[in-house]
Amino acid sequence: MRYLLLIAEEEGVRSGWSDEDQQADMARWFAYTNELQEAGAFVDGVALNESSTATTVRVEGGDTLTTDGPFAETKEVINGYYLIDVDDLDSAISWAARIPTIGAVEVRPVLEFDMPEGA
Amino acid sequence: MPREPAGWLLAVARRRAIDRLRRAGTEWRKAPLLVVPEASEPAAPVPEDIPDERLRLLCTACHPALSREAQVALTLRVVGGLTTTEIARAFLVSEATMGQRISRAKRKIRDAAIPYTVPDADELPPRLAGVRAVIYLIFTEGHTASTGARLQRVELQYEAIRLATLLYDRLPTDAENAGLLALLLLTAARSPARWRRGRPVPLAEQDRGLWNADHVARGRALVAEQMSRPVVGPYLVQAAIAAVHAEAPSYAATDWRRIVGLYDVLIDATQDPVARLNRAVARMEQGDVAMALSDVEALAGTLAGFSHFHAAHGEILARLDRTADAAIALDIAIELTDNEPLRRQLVGRRAQL
Repeated sequence: MRYLLLIAEEEGVRSGWSDEDQQADMARWFAYTNELQEAGAFVDGVALNESSTATTVRVEGGDTLTTDGPFAETKEVINGYYLIDVDDLDSAISWAARIPTIGAVEVRPVLEFDMPEGA
Repeated sequence: MPREPAGWLLAVARRRAIDRLRRAGTEWRKAPLLVVPEASEPAAPVPEDIPDERLRLLCTACHPALSREAQVALTLRVVGGLTTTEIARAFLVSEATMGQRISRAKRKIRDAAIPYTVPDADELPPRLAGVRAVIYLIFTEGHTASTGARLQRVELQYEAIRLATLLYDRLPTDAENAGLLALLLLTAARSPARWRRGRPVPLAEQDRGLWNADHVARGRALVAEQMSRPVVGPYLVQAAIAAVHAEAPSYAATDWRRIVGLYDVLIDATQDPVARLNRAVARMEQGDVAMALSDVEALAGTLAGFSHFHAAHGEILARLDRTADAAIALDIAIELTDNEPLRRQLVGRRAQL
């Protein structure tokens, strides 16, 4: 069963960090990703550039409307995700709890489809 | 291609999810009550002679990924076997609302793959704390209705005791399981005496001869057996307090010193302001009225919205012959309760000042 672990953190929360602290932080993320891979649970995962670089795209009446910024201006923004494949929600929650984030993680089960033939 | 592709895709996806769960061998076929949609009721509850199965259902229904409201409703539905109508009535919500709450919870269990298991030893303690909280909530809802005229709903109390018994029978080494069961038994024991001619009877005035002797005996035995442990949890301490009351021949003859001491332990463990309020009342009964007053007044910031706080404050002021201040406190208590029998009791006390 696949779950998306969406990582939401306060914007700019690492901005005042020293180089050393940032390197230690990176090391924690790499170690976590390695663990996921070694456990055979890792499917995909990325970190995202800050939300000020985001563009929101909406198509209305055939027109493509773009807005500067993320979906909604909130204190916490999506900073990255992991896509994992594990047995059940308990396992997904325990992986989510080990993410070295200083924010929160939303655990969402993936809706699996059988694509009709020829689609 | 069907007319409504989105709905069709969802249906396929759900079927796939169920197939996968079955293949994964997570024993989903053994959890019919959890996966069967609400519309296809009635489904027979799991027989009581399969306690392991009932425990597994209980742990799943109380999974922390579900809201507390959903945990309570689902526990009563799938473990207790109450109908949606009965649960809706007990919680004073419409049947449609309750049906939706239960369906949504079942859907989440299925679609998010909440496992149908008793958690492993390392995850069990925090999960059991959640299960006990649900059982306690069911009991208190039965013991004192938060709103409306019915003060006691015995069937919820009975259900909570059955669930606590299940937990204790299956997992007796967790002292808090014994503590919860003892607390519920000792509290439920007073039920026959809590109510007289449409009015609630406060502990001080209850006819102790009406207390359920069997419940008292079982509760006291559990407390006696467990209190020797080096560390005791909040449920067990509260049960011990109830046991002290049960041992006293009358309210006046209660060992208040022991009760205050047990509240000290409870407050150390929980920092609970309601426990502080109860300790203040015990101090008042012990004769330490001035200290009780300062205790209570220190809680004004935290408990100002709580009727019982003002009722206790009023009682302490009355004991100090500060009648005018007592009347003000009782007026606030009356204003704040939406429980009609309790309101009448407070109005009665106010008139006696």
